[in-house]
Amino acid sequence: MIEAEGLTKFYGPIAAIKDVSFQVKKGEIVGFLGPNGAGKSTTIRILTCYMPPTSGTARVDGLDCMERSLEIRKKIGYLPENVPLYRDSTVRRFLRFAASAKGISGGKIEKEVRRVVGMCGLEKEVNRIISHLSKGYRQRVGLAQALISDPPVLVLDEPTIGLDPTQIIEIRHLVQELGHNRTILLSSHILPEVAQICGRVLIISKGEIVATDSPKNLTSQLQKTTRIMLEVSSPAIEIAPAIEKIRGVQRVEADAEGSGKFIIEADPSSDVRPDIARMVVEKGAGLLELRAVQLSLEEIFMQLVTREEIAEKAPSLEETSHVEVAE
Amino acid sequence: MKGFWPVYKKELYATFASPIFYAVAFIFLVVTGIFFYLILDYFNHLSFELAQNPMFARQVNVMEIALRSFFLNLSFILLFLAPLITMRLYAEERRSGTIELLFTYPISDSAAVAGKFAASATAYLLLLVGTMPGIITFALIASPAWKPIVAGYLGTFMIGCSFISLGLFTSSLTQNQIISAFAAFGMLLILWFIGETATLLGPGLGSVAEYLSVTRHFDAFAKGVLDSRDLIYYLLFVTLFLFLTHRQMNSYRWRG
Ligand SMILES: Nc1ncnc2c1ncn2[C@@H]1O[C@H](COP(=O)(O)OP(=O)(O)OP(=O)(O)O)[C@@H](O)[C@H]1O
Ligand SMILES: [Mg+2]
Repeated sequence: MIEAEGLTKFYGPIAAIKDVSFQVKKGEIVGFLGPNGAGKSTTIRILTCYMPPTSGTARVDGLDCMERSLEIRKKIGYLPENVPLYRDSTVRRFLRFAASAKGISGGKIEKEVRRVVGMCGLEKEVNRIISHLSKGYRQRVGLAQALISDPPVLVLDEPTIGLDPTQIIEIRHLVQELGHNRTILLSSHILPEVAQICGRVLIISKGEIVATDSPKNLTSQLQKTTRIMLEVSSPAIEIAPAIEKIRGVQRVEADAEGSGKFIIEADPSSDVRPDIARMVVEKGAGLLELRAVQLSLEEIFMQLVTREEIAEKAPSLEETSHVEVAE
Repeated sequence: MKGFWPVYKKELYATFASPIFYAVAFIFLVVTGIFFYLILDYFNHLSFELAQNPMFARQVNVMEIALRSFFLNLSFILLFLAPLITMRLYAEERRSGTIELLFTYPISDSAAVAGKFAASATAYLLLLVGTMPGIITFALIASPAWKPIVAGYLGTFMIGCSFISLGLFTSSLTQNQIISAFAAFGMLLILWFIGETATLLGPGLGSVAEYLSVTRHFDAFAKGVLDSRDLIYYLLFVTLFLFLTHRQMNSYRWRG
């Protein structure tokens, strides 16, 4: 349904995206992930016919975005980043404009507006001026305008950013529901969200697609080491060097100096936990907790987007596990 | 022209919802009223003098003189007011990011340009209609010569449309409404006074300057003469600036 082929976009001399190619099949919900400035919005703007790429082609439903722009725009419901809206207008007037701009004929406009208002829970706000609405409700108005004329493709650029947790969940449910009979591409920084809604994720970093797979496959593929969390009651006792000597342990790292918590990375082929337990008891450090931890999706994401740096300055996994992903 | 009507309606509504339009309307009608009063005064004065001097009176059409200065003054204040109506058109869409909606709805770029222009022209037309009651009463009382009034209004409408098309263009250049308005003032003032430089420039360039001058083409209308060359000048003017606006928005799209 959506095809990107070698998309490149230069802003002046700087390339925002380089040779981006991917496909979204009919009926898929695909998450578009990447850190700030990775080029998500740039790619999305090309796909929605906002701007042409410097090179490469974008197609929606088989039509070229450059040549058949007007036809494609009819098929796409687009929620731009930062939700630009005609703020001096009332919700109803704005949605009526969106409906007539999208080619809905006079008599049907009111019905269509009522339909999207109902879907987005805006019944009480229809007659209010948009600038008087809270951020969350403005977001809903943005979503409502995207849903007008029931387009088969939805492109949402960070639909849940800046919302409170209840609203995030509501929007997430709405997207899931919409996904039953539509193709959806949504961008986000928030991994758990994408993992929940999307069947597939595209990860983009520095203008290039670095991975594309289902959230589950990504997790298993990238898990090259087992992680073990260890907590002891007497942090004063030096145990790290001893643990490091155990067969299969690759690295030991104190979680915080003197807290007694350690992160141990080990070879996944053999379970080193019994050996560690024995060692801790022998040293008399007081074993409090010992468990294997799964790499979170955040960490996988960080590994992917910082992969080059890791290659550059070899053993510095610290960076990948401690950088927080902005929400 | 897919999407012309939705854009037209949206812009017309936005114009009437903005306080700037009412400020402009207020200034326009008050200043028109003052001019009108001055002209009446002048008319009385002149008529009185001419009545004592019948030889001279046959050569002078008092009505024509009065109307001419009225319409010329009207379009001169328009030079300052039109940019205030148009400054919002594209600049605000660019500033607030709604240009992204306009560019991704199934609306062709030319329909958007035309819709915005037509909405401002309609608002301006309403302002002109607001000045009619006074001038019509005046004409009825003085002498029922309709032609100079119709031609004068047509000319004033055309000159206003030219100003609007230029204002629309400067609005597409920036995301700052104030800059857009000042750019339009500047360009319009140059076009207004360029005719005065004709004598300084010598015959060749001078005639070019004269042709470019918005006032030279307006004079004939104000005199009550409908000349197709003048009409064509204003139509070309409007077409050129609508075309430039379209070009500018297209290049804005490419730059992203
Ligand atoms: N209009 C523009 N002019 C110049 N550079 C731009 C423009 N828009 C984006 N860029 C640059 O292009 C790169 C990609 O930006 P883009 O907005 O696509 O990132 P993003 O992935 O959407 O980031 P975010 O998560 O912060 O929204 C950035 O380096 C940005 O500075
Ligand atoms: Mg973005």
